[in-house]
Amino acid sequence: MRDRRGIIIGIVAIVVAAAVAPVLSAYPLTLLTQVAIVAVLAMSLDVLLGYTGLPSLGHAAYFGVAAYAVGILATDYQRGFLVCLLVGLVLATLTAAMFGLLAIRATGTYFLMITLALGMVVWGLAFRWVSMTKGDNGIAGVPRPDLGLPWNLGAPLPFFYFVLAAALLAWALLGLLVRSPFGLTLMGIRESESRMRALGYNVWLHKYLAFIISGAFAGFAGVFWAYYNGFVSPVDVQLVTSVETLLMVALGGPGTLAGPALGAALIVFLKNFVSVYTKRWLLILGAVYIGVILFAPRGVLGAFRRKP
Amino acid sequence: MPLPKRESLMRTRILASLMLLAFALPLGMPAAPAAQGAPIKIGFLAPLTGPFAQIGKDMVNGTELFLDEIKREVGGRKIELIVEDTEGQPATALNKSRKLVEQDKVHVLTGGLLANVGYALQPFIDGAQIPATYPVIAADDITQRKPAKWIVRTGWATSQPMHPFADWALKTTKYRKVVTIGMDYAFGYETVGGFQRVFEEGGGQIVQKIWTPLNTNDFAPFLSQIRRDADAVLALFVGRLALQFVKQYQEAGLQGKLPLLGGGTTTDESVLPQMGDEALGIVTALHYSQAIDTPANQKFARAFEAKAGKISSYYSEATYTNMRWITDAIKAVGGKVEDRPALLAALRKVDIKDTARGPLSVDAYGNPVQTIYIRKVERVGGRLQNTVIATYPGVSQFWKSKPEDYLKQPLYAREYPPCKYCQ
Repeated sequence: MRDRRGIIIGIVAIVVAAAVAPVLSAYPLTLLTQVAIVAVLAMSLDVLLGYTGLPSLGHAAYFGVAAYAVGILATDYQRGFLVCLLVGLVLATLTAAMFGLLAIRATGTYFLMITLALGMVVWGLAFRWVSMTKGDNGIAGVPRPDLGLPWNLGAPLPFFYFVLAAALLAWALLGLLVRSPFGLTLMGIRESESRMRALGYNVWLHKYLAFIISGAFAGFAGVFWAYYNGFVSPVDVQLVTSVETLLMVALGGPGTLAGPALGAALIVFLKNFVSVYTKRWLLILGAVYIGVILFAPRGVLGAFRRKP
Repeated sequence: MPLPKRESLMRTRILASLMLLAFALPLGMPAAPAAQGAPIKIGFLAPLTGPFAQIGKDMVNGTELFLDEIKREVGGRKIELIVEDTEGQPATALNKSRKLVEQDKVHVLTGGLLANVGYALQPFIDGAQIPATYPVIAADDITQRKPAKWIVRTGWATSQPMHPFADWALKTTKYRKVVTIGMDYAFGYETVGGFQRVFEEGGGQIVQKIWTPLNTNDFAPFLSQIRRDADAVLALFVGRLALQFVKQYQEAGLQGKLPLLGGGTTTDESVLPQMGDEALGIVTALHYSQAIDTPANQKFARAFEAKAGKISSYYSEATYTNMRWITDAIKAVGGKVEDRPALLAALRKVDIKDTARGPLSVDAYGNPVQTIYIRKVERVGGRLQNTVIATYPGVSQFWKSKPEDYLKQPLYAREYPPCKYCQ
């Protein structure tokens, strides 16, 4: 089984994280929480980039749409978690469905450019639709969800377990997806679109569905992101967020699911720990990127895998 | 080709141990004891990378300058400054604040530049109940409609200098019809809004409002829209955009025909040295000018220039005075910074007569009452400066209104106050 190693590493990482969480102080714990959320975003992009071969530069859009939905519903309308989750997911999915219609026709650089432009549309909305989004001031004071459980999700530890469970669920669902006949077809399209078409597959539909599913999972991550920060602003939907997600996938290893999650962990920890010791942390981050491209072009996890 | 089993096992082991290391790393971080006599820790947030890095550097330099002057000691306790980079991003700023408060156990949190960072940190600061100050973040509502309990603003509110500025324009100039042009975001709305409200209450008219996107490079399409029958133009730009706008205003042949007024950042000393004759004559309002002619400011301005190799801007003065404010409060509680409510109360009681920017006190909402300077760009001794041409002492963020009445009106926004005289 090709992907067993990724699964084992992923499970080990999750078990270790869950085990050490209670003894961690609040700050590293919040970073772990962030890793779990961003990992879902990176894995959602992996469905497109790694499995279908479509590099999207607008992934922050779906992430941000869901985050904004939560931000607005939880503050202005004081809705509970389930309503926010549902609306966030639906809106992210609809956005992806709409953008997919426009973007899927293109390939390669053109696909990059169109997704980038569509992502900027959402950024523009977040920035300019002030009555709805509060513009660049952002929406502050999103309360942590209250599920009526005996644990107070406002505290760092229960919230971490909550997010970890959600991330695990997303990973499992995405794992099932890429191993399903549908996922295998996506990989076929990645390898050779024309051959798949000749074999009678509806290539456009497969790519479109992958695009929507990917957007929906990005939205899933966005819901938790809004709760995690308690704050949503146009920064969450800007290009930098999309690019960083792309880098996480590339760093960890596209087409592995566990790889992008690892990439997300690496980037979050590098950003937050290296910057404590040196102002030149961007240089180190850059060196890591270059090192990975030179020595492990298929990503950190990809380097440990058999050649295809 | 499949790898030999042993090799693949080794790789797995290496990877697993690396991951363990990554997760174990935070465990090794020392947790500082918070005993008396131990250093007082001050956490400072500034954008040190990204487009605002230069301003971030000014902010750190101002802070360091004051700490050096007091030999990094107050009330018999050493001061330890921990600087963290926000990248100018709210999410990063939040992470770094958590680190400063929860891991480094700082006693005071301060710094920050952009409004969205200010709003993002507010719930965290109030939740963590950590005494905090905002030396630069000026978004009106932080000390108005959504006042934060644990944040004291040592800087200014965006619309604060603009109310007296409009008053000045009405009283000393013949400008009655003014066109505004500003950056299309909250800082622009609040600057223009503050001016418009007082200007129109006093009988002036804003006859046109133009908003330019933040990434504008070519202002020609906007400059050609400006109504030529207006008396003056009020401009609000920051950083690179201020440089480009003022230059292109001259190139469009408007300099000298339509006098240029502006929000303070349009000719702030962080951009003024890069400007030329095109900036001469621009009148702006702010709570600071490098050219304020008082001994306190001259001393600060000289010391800052010696340390940083550039002239002081409002950003550096803000953080310099902010640190003085904080250390004054620490002195007031006898160095007992562990008593957070007492320290917060002391921060809210600070009253300093001789800061570089003049006397400072705090209102009930946590914003300084301070002198506002009307400044005109002149060339003195070969370099441009913001010469003070009028002063408004003791200006509150609520101008002349009662706070309750003032807070009944909505926050200044793109469409508020509405443009009654626009065609």
